[in-house]
Order: sequence, then structure tokens, then C-alpha cells
Amino acid sequence: MIEKALRGSKKYWLWLGFLATIAGIGVFFYVDQLWNGLGITGMSRDVSWGFYLANFTFFVGVAASGVMLVLPHYLHDQKEFGKITILGEFLAVVACGMCITFVTIDLGRPDRVVNLFLYPTPNSILFFDIVVLSGYLVINAIVGWSILDAESKGEKPRKFVKPLIYLSIPWAASIHTVTAFIYSGLAGRPFWLSAIMAPRFLATAFAAGPALLIIICLILRKTTDFDPGKVAIKKLSTIVTYATIAGFFFLLCEFFTAFYSGGAEHTATWKYLLFGEGGSGLQPYMWGVLISTMIAIALLVNPKTRARHDTLAIACVLVFFSIWIDKGLLLVIPGFIPNPLHEFTQYWPTGKELAITFGVWALGFMVLTLLYKIAISVKLEIGDHEIHH
Amino acid sequence: MELSRRDFLKMAGIASAGVVVAGSAGTLLTGCTPVAKSKDGSLAGKQMAMLYVPSRHEEGCTDCTQACHLKHNVPNIADKKHEIKWIWETEFQHAFTEYMENDLLKERMKGVPYFVLCNHCANPACTRVCPTKATFKREDGVVMMDYHRCIGCRFCVAACPYGARSFNFEDPRDSLSKPVPNPNFPTRERGVVEKCNFCSELDIQGGELPYCVQACVKRKGSLEKSALIFGDLADEKSDFHNILEHLQKEEKLIPLRRKEIAGTQPKVYYLV
Repeated sequence: MIEKALRGSKKYWLWLGFLATIAGIGVFFYVDQLWNGLGITGMSRDVSWGFYLANFTFFVGVAASGVMLVLPHYLHDQKEFGKITILGEFLAVVACGMCITFVTIDLGRPDRVVNLFLYPTPNSILFFDIVVLSGYLVINAIVGWSILDAESKGEKPRKFVKPLIYLSIPWAASIHTVTAFIYSGLAGRPFWLSAIMAPRFLATAFAAGPALLIIICLILRKTTDFDPGKVAIKKLSTIVTYATIAGFFFLLCEFFTAFYSGGAEHTATWKYLLFGEGGSGLQPYMWGVLISTMIAIALLVNPKTRARHDTLAIACVLVFFSIWIDKGLLLVIPGFIPNPLHEFTQYWPTGKELAITFGVWALGFMVLTLLYKIAISVKLEIGDHEIHH
Repeated sequence: MELSRRDFLKMAGIASAGVVVAGSAGTLLTGCTPVAKSKDGSLAGKQMAMLYVPSRHEEGCTDCTQACHLKHNVPNIADKKHEIKWIWETEFQHAFTEYMENDLLKERMKGVPYFVLCNHCANPACTRVCPTKATFKREDGVVMMDYHRCIGCRFCVAACPYGARSFNFEDPRDSLSKPVPNPNFPTRERGVVEKCNFCSELDIQGGELPYCVQACVKRKGSLEKSALIFGDLADEKSDFHNILEHLQKEEKLIPLRRKEIAGTQPKVYYLV
């Protein structure tokens, strides 16, 4: 099947070339980072995790959201998702790969990464997270590839696939739960110390991931002969709507606890984000996220704007980017502001840090493009007739 | 009632979710902190601890910081964002953030420096989160760092409720004199985390004092008069215990620890 990725239009190659360039720039600056250390980033003694781990956290959510196609398709027999389930599975594979890359480039000593496995430490949530992420990557890669392979040959999928599919469902929830536990299990960081962290992570993940899938489906409809199906997009948009509202509700719950309780340490970071007390660098982003989420919810709740593909696309772009900013800039980084001594150190990613981060994005989208090219070529070959697994 | 295949698989899915959750909870509750045992058992039962008496501090004195940083080859990095600190001076409301809104207390403590360092917690958050056991607790309670195993993930930095840990963003050797201040203590490499080690390279369980305490004792004349006091909290017959008793009963000082709410059980006491 791999050969299918090697035949494409001029546009296909231009797109891949564009991504390769961005990835190349990222690799160039990563070599700089290997040479000169993490000092080239905006991170500091006080804000010791930055944009890399923020993007890691966000993409764990994207990976987990693949389950939003797998679950309705296999547990509730929603046949409309049959054509695009593979898109969700491959998205999960790529997102997991990106997550592992983000963790690795964030290490001070990437040359010692194998220590994670030489000295396995189950009480460390980070160790746990790497294990579940690698597992999720492997499961989705096997499931996606073997189903596609079977389809292309007109055969039934192999027997071991089905149990793996069912395993992947709780596993998806577990990867994002474990990722939330990295943050919510630290008594010394009041901003993260919230039992609602894991549910909030899952809600925003199930909003951002399917929003990205809708955007991808709409792009594929325009650029290829592949039709993901109107019903599938409609159902996905319902998922995005509910998940976005749930995520926003959880955020408001955080506001309530912080401000009504009035606990000084718990409110300090929220005051920093909302009112700029201690520095206003992130304040516009906080308000930007609040406003764009509300606009997105308005567009999604209204059945007319949800049904129209142009307004739906706007809503999905708003959801995807506001959750990216929310989990990225506004969740990981402010956990360190103020520091444990109540001192305010500001953080902003450096140009090199951004170049490396978007290099990983480009690398991920390159692999995704190749995988989708294969998947769509297979789907077009076997025609539009309904597929039963 | 007959179960369809689909129903069965649904239940199997839910059950396996339960197994995953229960499994992780199990590992979290047991064996939270790796403890390294001494070969001859000489460290067992000891609880090395530090006292700081702010009222004994002499204005402008930073002998402890200087002694520590020289003996441990701690670089003096100009860029504040990349600083390495093992023991340093701060203000009361920064050391004890829970009192930051108490203006009366803040006024009272104005100008009195509070030296902060790793608390060598009995229940450390840093060792719990470390994915490679590069940071671990010794039997005598000293929280140690293995600079050769650390992968530089900085999870411990995030977990420490005291901001006691520093990450080497730059090569620390670039900011050290040549030859290094103390050739007998290793310098670190870029990309690893470091912190106060309670001078574990000395015979601290045999009665030797950490360099910071030594510096203070040198200035003050004796351990009894020192602003920094060190010893075994578990040994009730020790000098350390007598001094602690004296400070509490005669001088009417109260032993405070930083951020009790974090549940870490620090072993650095501030007698105020």
C-alpha cells in the first residue's frame, strides 16, 4: 500500500515540500539546541516547562480524540463513521508520535532518554504517560493499517484486530487522564491542583480533536474526490458542540472555586491571567480564548450555523485554536507563575523555540498527509459502497 | 437475559477501563518514594535536619551561601533566568507565602533575611515524580541527586513546593573559575537538575557539619550560638537536640516549617 503515497498531483508534492521546509527549519534549530542547550528557549529557573510541554499536552488530547470516531462506529454501530474512522486512527498515531517528540526535545539530556526504560519508575506519572502513549500509538497503527490493508484486498480484517479496537477505547481515555495527572498531582502548584483537571482535559480534547477532523474532512472534500459524507460531518459537529460546552463549563467551575473561595494562592494565577496582576503578557490570550470560545459556542449551538459548512468551519477553527492556546499558553505555563516563593517571572517562547515547535507540527502533518494519501487512495479504489468490518 | 456479542464487548470495554485505573492507583499508593539503603545499615533510623534562627543573623552576612556555592562548584550565572542556587537569602513573605497577606507580620519581619534551601522532606514530592529515580531519598532522610542518571525532564522542579531546584540551562563550567573552586567536588553538566545535598559528601551522620553551618559556626564561635544548626533529629541525646530544646524552652522560639499544606514534612525548621 505504501506505493500509493508516492503518486500524487503537483499540489500534493508542493504541500509536502512546504511541510518539509518548515520541518527542516525546525531540525536546524533543534541541532542548535542540542549544541547550546535549553538556554536557547524562553524557559527559566522559575518557568521550567514551556511551549514544548504545552504542545505535548495539547496533542495528547488530539490523539485521545480519535476515540470519538472509533467509539460511535464500533460500540454504537454508527455506519456513517465507517469511511472516516481510519482518519481518526491515523490522526491518533501521528499525534502520539508528535507527543513523544515534544517530550524528547524538552529533555535536558535526550542522550539519556533510554534511562526511562533502564530504570522504570511506575510511581512517576511521566514514566506512566510515556508507556501509555507508546502503547496507544502502536495499537492505533496496527488497527488502522490492518483494516485498511484488508479493505484494499477485499478481505475481512484479521481476528486480532477487533479486541485491539475495544482495548483502544479505554486506552484513549487513559492517555489524557494520565497526562492530566502529571499536573494535578502536585501539591506545590495550586493552579494545577484541581480534581477537575482530567475531565477538563478530556472535554477539551473531544472538542479540539473532532474539530480538527471536521476541518480535515472539509479540506479533503475540496481537494480530493473523497467524500467523508455529510452525515458523518454532522455527527462530528454535534460531538464538537457538546464537548466544547462541557470544556467551557469546567473552565467556569475553576473560576468559581478560585474566586468564590478567595484562597490567596489558588486565585493568584487566575488574577495574573485575567487581570494582569504580576504581569500582563498572557492576559490578552486569556480573554481571546474566552471570547473566541463563546463565539464558537454560539455558532455551534445554532442549528443553522452548525449545518452550514462555512460557519461550521469558522467555529471549528476557533475551537481548535482557542483550545490550543488554552492548554498551551494558559495551562502549563501559568502553573509556574507565580513561582513557589510568590515571585513573578514572565515567559515567552523564543523564535528558535517556536521554529522547533512548528517543525514538529510540520513533521507530524507530513506523516499525516502520507498516511491519509494511502487511506484515501484505498477508499477511492474500493469505491463508495458501504464498508462492513 | 441473553447477552448479545455487542453488549458483552461493551461490558468488557468498561471492565478493562476499570483495570487500567485500579492498576495505576495501586502503583501510586504503594512505594511512592524510592529509598536508597546503606550497605552496612549505618544510615538507618537517622533523620538529618537543619535549624535556622533568623534573629541570630548578622546584617549583610551571606557566609553560608558563599561557603556552600564555593565548595559545591555552584556557578555564578549572570542571567537571572538561568541561575543556579543551593542556599540563598529571601524575605519572610517569600519563604512563608501563606503569610504574604499578613501585613502586621510582614512589617515585623521586614529586613530579616530568611535563608532557603532544599528541605530534604520526609515525604518528598520530587522523588515521587522522577521518572528514572535520579533523585531519591537516603535512609537518613537526605534527598540526593544522581547527575549521571538525570535526563533533565524537570518534573522534580515542577513538583518541588519550595523552588529549591535549579536546572542547568547553560554549561555551568563556563561560569566557574579555572581551575574550579573545589576540585574535589564534581562539576555538573548542562541539562541536569541540581540542588542542596545537605553535604552528603561529608561524614554528616558521623557528626561533621555541612559547609553552610560550618561557615556560620566559624563566625559565631560555636554551634550553640550559630544561626544555622545541623544534626540528627532522631537522636534525643545529641547536641542538636539540646540546642533545639534550649531554643524552644529558654528562648521561647517556635519551630516553623515552610508550606506545611504541601504535606512534604520538611526537615528545615525556622525558629521564630
